Amino acid sequence: MNSKYLPLAATIAVFLALFLIGGSLYRNFLSTLVLGNILADNSFIIIAAIGATFVILSGGIDLSIGSMIGFVGVCMAVLDSLGWHPMATAALMIVFGILFGALQGLIIDFCEIQPFIVTLAGLFLLRGACFMVTLDSVPIHHEFVDVYNSMKIHLPGRGWLRSSAIVMLISLFLGIIIAHFTRFGTNVYAIGGDKESARLMGVNIRKTTVMIYALGGFYSALAGVVYALYTSSGYPLAGSTLELSAIAAVVLGGTLLTGGVGMVAGTLFGGMILGLISTLIIFNGSLNSAWIMISSGILLFAFIVLHRFLVSSFNVKGT
Amino acid sequence: MVTERKNIDETWLNRLKGSRAIWPLLALAVILIVDGFISPNFYDIRIVEGRLFGNLIDILYRATPTAIVALGMAVVIGTKGIDLSVGSTIAIAGAIIAWRIHAGDSHFAILLMALGAGIACGVWNGFLVAGLGIQPIIATLILMVSGRGIGMLINLFYGGTDPSFESALLQGLSTGHIWLIPTRIIVGLAIFAALWLVLRKTALGLFIEAVGGNAAASSLAGVNARIIIFVAYIVCGLLAACAGVILTADTHTSDPVSVALYIELDAILAVVIGGGSLAGGRIYLGMTVIGALVIQALTTSILISGLPPEYNLIIKALVVVFVLLLQSKNVRALFSKKAARPSP
Repeated sequence: MNSKYLPLAATIAVFLALFLIGGSLYRNFLSTLVLGNILADNSFIIIAAIGATFVILSGGIDLSIGSMIGFVGVCMAVLDSLGWHPMATAALMIVFGILFGALQGLIIDFCEIQPFIVTLAGLFLLRGACFMVTLDSVPIHHEFVDVYNSMKIHLPGRGWLRSSAIVMLISLFLGIIIAHFTRFGTNVYAIGGDKESARLMGVNIRKTTVMIYALGGFYSALAGVVYALYTSSGYPLAGSTLELSAIAAVVLGGTLLTGGVGMVAGTLFGGMILGLISTLIIFNGSLNSAWIMISSGILLFAFIVLHRFLVSSFNVKGT
Repeated sequence: MVTERKNIDETWLNRLKGSRAIWPLLALAVILIVDGFISPNFYDIRIVEGRLFGNLIDILYRATPTAIVALGMAVVIGTKGIDLSVGSTIAIAGAIIAWRIHAGDSHFAILLMALGAGIACGVWNGFLVAGLGIQPIIATLILMVSGRGIGMLINLFYGGTDPSFESALLQGLSTGHIWLIPTRIIVGLAIFAALWLVLRKTALGLFIEAVGGNAAASSLAGVNARIIIFVAYIVCGLLAACAGVILTADTHTSDPVSVALYIELDAILAVVIGGGSLAGGRIYLGMTVIGALVIQALTTSILISGLPPEYNLIIKALVVVFVLLLQSKNVRALFSKKAARPSP
């Protein structure tokens, strides 16, 4: 097997192992009902993480994800109370997300400032903007929200594929197409592998960087829309530290944070692993929620060391 | 002709480089002057119950924990690293304080344990970065994700129902005062002086900057880069624990979920405002403290100006962007008629 696929294989193996552990511990755990719920509950994290996958594949990082989700949520809620249709607001917010991401990408490339710092400023800016829009939790009353939340596809067994999960799977499909079947996707991998070589081979670094962060903005805004519709409310603190979960999902999904190596499909499993951990701990009932954080940290550690080992022994990065 | 042009550019660049240290000081001065206009009594300092009170003292008082964390961050950033786990380190140190006080240990021993926890966090990060060679931002992400959970777990050791505590020693360090001056300012100054002596009066500072500037070259020059990087993370963990003692004793309770939330970002910001580059190779201790003061002065002026505190984050973000744009070569070239066309 190509060593490139080893991290992804490890991710899927961990996911299956966790699912089987759950099945052996609890009756009814191995069902499409649980699977469908995990997909729906974590759909916004996975959507945001797909965008983060592109950013991380290019060797960058996007810290503004969580704040973007919060900001989109409060805007959806406040514009709803002004009588806007949720779909109109969603379209507006997604355009905003794309523009905001593009601006971040432009500043990163033009000013040669580390993505970490630029998107950190984006984190502050958007979270501050949340507080300026509203300080309260605002419900979304529009009947479209009920229609959206009641849409579901029946799965074999007792499970349902909810609308959030459907949106997530569509955006995952879109992400896979962009990453593996377009010139832009190839450019992202090239920049993440070696920026200078990519430049010498004729990749337009500025245009690609702007597009990468715009894509990241698109996915985090979409995640914000899904989150707002799923919870039918907007809350200015929503999505705090969610950028960490998204980055963790990407790393668990087998993408190297050094850039250039990874698969968008892996991110789905990375996000599902995070979801499985919290589901297992909630199923247990006696374990404190502290264990969610600690076990995520332990898994993250294991995967990072695994990646480190793979990079040095198989020369995955090819450098 | 060509060389003449080059010379002009170089002096122009040098002037800007020289003036870069001026920007944070200027920013601080502007903020404080604006404050004077907003609130006429801003500069008043009076003595209440045997200690100094006033807005200026308050800025120093509130900036101290961030400044202490930022000093450690400056050292790590000097090695071309970053430490995202300082907030988690603070949460762990705080949880250990509450736990051991409930267990009835001597408070001085507890102080040492809290600092030891910080060192342990630093050892862990240092092991990942220097030992396993993992990228710092990822390596410290692990503790950042799990550290607050560890703090919550420690609170469970004694039931976790009431993590509040009383301690004359620790609260004296945090909220007390010696003569007229709040103790934590004295603690902060002592830490600054000690760090300055260690970095500038021994070769450690030089080694750290050498490793951050070019790890391979400094290795060839005989510097053991791994040990230097290891030491930097331990220093950062220790200083974060110091801030943890101050912050935890301030609130009399251990609250791992929300204590010092986003402090890692503020600390990194303080270093960057102070002119430190995330590319490593430079440590500016004094300017880092100025950076922390700029952040706190901004927050304080938003509070006294009567603007809603919600504006705090937005203004902070705009200041960051502004400072970053000032430091960017391309942006300066865009706004400077003198700038020559970039030679291919």
